[in-house]
Amino acid sequence: MIPTNSVITDIKQVTIRFSGDSGDGMQLSGTLFSTLSAIFGNEIATFPDFPAEIRAPQGSLHGVSGYQVRIGSKDVYNSGDKTDVLVAMNPAALKVNAQYLKKGSIVLYDTDSFQKKDLDKALYTTQDPFAELKLDYVQPIGVAITSMTKSSLEGSGLENKDMLRSKNMFVLGIICWLFNRPLEIADKLLEQKFSKKPKLVEANIKALTDGYNYGSNIHLTASTYRIDPIEASKGFYTDVNGNTATAYGLIAAAEKAGVQLFLGSYPITPATDILQELVKRKDFGVKALQMEDEIAGITSSIGASFAGCLAATSTSGPGLSLKSEALGLAVMAELPLVVIDVQRSGPSTGMPTKSEQTDLNQALYGRNGESPLVVIAATSPADCFESAFEASKIALEHMTPVILLTDGYIANGSSAWKIPDMNDYPDIHPPYVKNHFNGDPEKWKPFLRDEKTLVRYWGVPGTPGYMHRIGGLEKDQLTGVISSNPENHQQMVNIRRQKIEHIAAFIPAQEVMGDQHADTLIVGWGGTYGHLLEASLRIRANGKKIAFTHFKHISPLPSNTYDLLKRYKRVIVAEQNNGQFAAYLSGRFQDLRNIQTFNRVEGQPFKVSELVEEFTKMMEAK
Amino acid sequence: MEVTGIKYQKHLPKDYKSENAVRWCPGCGDYAILTCLHKAMAELNIEPYETAVISGIGCSSRLPYYMNTYGFHSIHGRAAAIATGVKVANPNLSVWVATGDGDSLAIGGNHFIHAVRRNVDINILLFNNKIYGLTKGQYSPTSDRGFVSKSSPFGTVEDPFRPAELCFGARGTFFARAIDVDMKNQVDVMVEAARHKGTSVVEVLQNCVIFNDGIHNKISDRTWKADNTVTLKQGEKMIFGKDNDKGIVLEGWNLKAVTIGENGYTLDDVLVHDATTPDSTLQLKLALMDIAEGLPVALGVIRNTDGSSYDRDYQKQIEDVQKRTPRKSFTEFLLSASNVWEVK
Repeated sequence: MIPTNSVITDIKQVTIRFSGDSGDGMQLSGTLFSTLSAIFGNEIATFPDFPAEIRAPQGSLHGVSGYQVRIGSKDVYNSGDKTDVLVAMNPAALKVNAQYLKKGSIVLYDTDSFQKKDLDKALYTTQDPFAELKLDYVQPIGVAITSMTKSSLEGSGLENKDMLRSKNMFVLGIICWLFNRPLEIADKLLEQKFSKKPKLVEANIKALTDGYNYGSNIHLTASTYRIDPIEASKGFYTDVNGNTATAYGLIAAAEKAGVQLFLGSYPITPATDILQELVKRKDFGVKALQMEDEIAGITSSIGASFAGCLAATSTSGPGLSLKSEALGLAVMAELPLVVIDVQRSGPSTGMPTKSEQTDLNQALYGRNGESPLVVIAATSPADCFESAFEASKIALEHMTPVILLTDGYIANGSSAWKIPDMNDYPDIHPPYVKNHFNGDPEKWKPFLRDEKTLVRYWGVPGTPGYMHRIGGLEKDQLTGVISSNPENHQQMVNIRRQKIEHIAAFIPAQEVMGDQHADTLIVGWGGTYGHLLEASLRIRANGKKIAFTHFKHISPLPSNTYDLLKRYKRVIVAEQNNGQFAAYLSGRFQDLRNIQTFNRVEGQPFKVSELVEEFTKMMEAK
Repeated sequence: MEVTGIKYQKHLPKDYKSENAVRWCPGCGDYAILTCLHKAMAELNIEPYETAVISGIGCSSRLPYYMNTYGFHSIHGRAAAIATGVKVANPNLSVWVATGDGDSLAIGGNHFIHAVRRNVDINILLFNNKIYGLTKGQYSPTSDRGFVSKSSPFGTVEDPFRPAELCFGARGTFFARAIDVDMKNQVDVMVEAARHKGTSVVEVLQNCVIFNDGIHNKISDRTWKADNTVTLKQGEKMIFGKDNDKGIVLEGWNLKAVTIGENGYTLDDVLVHDATTPDSTLQLKLALMDIAEGLPVALGVIRNTDGSSYDRDYQKQIEDVQKRTPRKSFTEFLLSASNVWEVK
């Protein structure tokens, strides 16, 4: 019998995975739980892990949708490897997620949907799923979630199928009880979420409350858990996912530059949310267009850039492939443009909802001709804001396309975000032609450049006196008139490269964390920051010396990159591809002989435990 | 009172001409189109600095270099999408697209139909010479079935697009046709195209003197032009012929060319042109008239209806939202969102 006294255990961190059918509302339970934990004052990191199918057959293995939330009082750098609590709404969810369970994990499952027919759908061969999966090390807690939700909502006036939709709230109620979350915050969030459907708000709050009370009344577990709030710096916070933060970064940059924001885009997983966020922002005068295809997405943006906007286009890997030719045009025409590639598993359609870092080569080299541009990679959901702002600033001030690489993991994952004070951000000064040459068009030519930065001046249509023609043909380095002169072409190729390399003077130096004088340096880039940081901290906690550096500026690299890499006996470049960044570094710095690689291309985030184990082995190898 | 704005200055065709040497082949129909565009812009009296000419790839697409306006010579097929971005970004600009049958109807077909469907206020000058000139003589999507070219040595086994049909199918609101050498009509339709709010498609039957010389002769040559074409004018009877004695009449569901005074046909039977009716049935029939079927090719403005232009409606939507939403700074906006909490 379960003890009846209430025990509260303090813990630092917990990882919870909500899982069920695509239609079970697990993404919503997960989002609400992470948001309310953030409001409560915890650090959060989330990982929505869902299939590409919108509604796969009910109860099937490939229809399982998951939402992992890690919360803690400090040091939450990623969404966690294994899970402390698994919510399994059906046997398929248990089977698919068994790999994430560890000794002592709580498995909260719906006994109503663990019947023979459900087990059959999930291809079990016995009637005891836990034994069949050899899960003797977990704590299963069966609750009749479906029938209790139904009886909770009896008399609510809802249809049967609508009542069943609130199962996810009953479950959330139990989880809130287990982790001592006050229900008031959840109630408020539900009121906001369903503000136009009061009946639904009422039903959901009822199911949530009944779930909470059920846990409390029958003391479902021996102990509940408390995770203290973090001691964060003072200020206002919100939770944000990477795609929203990216959209916000663009808006903030347009505001700082005093230009209109334009987005030409085409729906593609997992980047669509950027378009969907920006179409809402007409209050800021944002012009976000859903175009007829990926190519029209980028070319309409190039047109808007020509016409004087901060222009951006958002896409994922296959879309970037389609945009290649137009990107070359932006390089050749030297127009500002931000291209956001939310990387996903490839090649081709690959695994659209799964995350990878496999587009680096495409971003660096995926165009015809010598076609240099700027590549920046965001490191976390909140950093998407900083990166999008910086990408815009560089594009506008240096008259160049910038590719901003994010990935499905940080794009859909959320973290708490301190609302920025825009007074702390630098102004953005596009090189408008009218602000130079004392306003005398006679002294200007379309491809005259700033001597130091090699940036050409921006003559925006509508400005009297500066009519000119640009295009994809090679042009005379001064007048912009088309030219196929061999010497001129060589010089233009050099100028375009130098212009990009020169941007290194405008980006911060690369920093090393951890033991500066260790033998081994872990190198990462982009969205794997949280996992690599935690791995390096754990290795140090194990008493070993290790240094860690994480790149955000890929092209150009920070100017101290070579000196920094040279200092270490062993440089382990860890990335979610087959070694693209490692090859880039080796190619740039050919006398470096210390580069080793760690690569995983599974469409899943790194596992910190595996990183610790593998890095330690590599460090100990002779 | 003194008028200081240069807006009121009357422009001359030469004001739209750039210093760049024109590099089309001697005898190319593009020269005449360029001259007509300079004239049309002068007649419209639009400011060169408020004008943007966008092009794709092909002989026609070299045109922006010869304009003293803002110009963008882009990549193959994409001019309509680029022009959409330009116009939506700055609706005050007069935006033109110079393109060809290969550029807009093959590689750029998708952008062409969607620009027309959205009805962005841009003017598309579609140079139709039924051939790929810049790649030296392959058949195009408007080449007739059986056409022999470098890429169809035994003749093509595919039917061509008829640009009007494509434009109408995409719910176009403006379609006009002109012949490169017919300067008067060409300037007129360009002016009408610019005045129309929405996407205007002007098909210019253009002669490629090197690879497809004489392809439009039966229409453009003086010997045949009067009998083989009819220039449609709003509100006027559809009369044509050397002696102005022929007319277009409706017989059953079909159009027929008749001689007035013969076989009992009188002037009263001849149709009056109305380009403004929203129903495009008759306009489409007129646009598809073909000398092979005993009908003259229609020139002039064939369809010109009022529609809502995308750029204007987009701008209006922004203004409406801004009117009912109090203006906030970006930080204020974030603070007013849901899910905000304070750490004290």
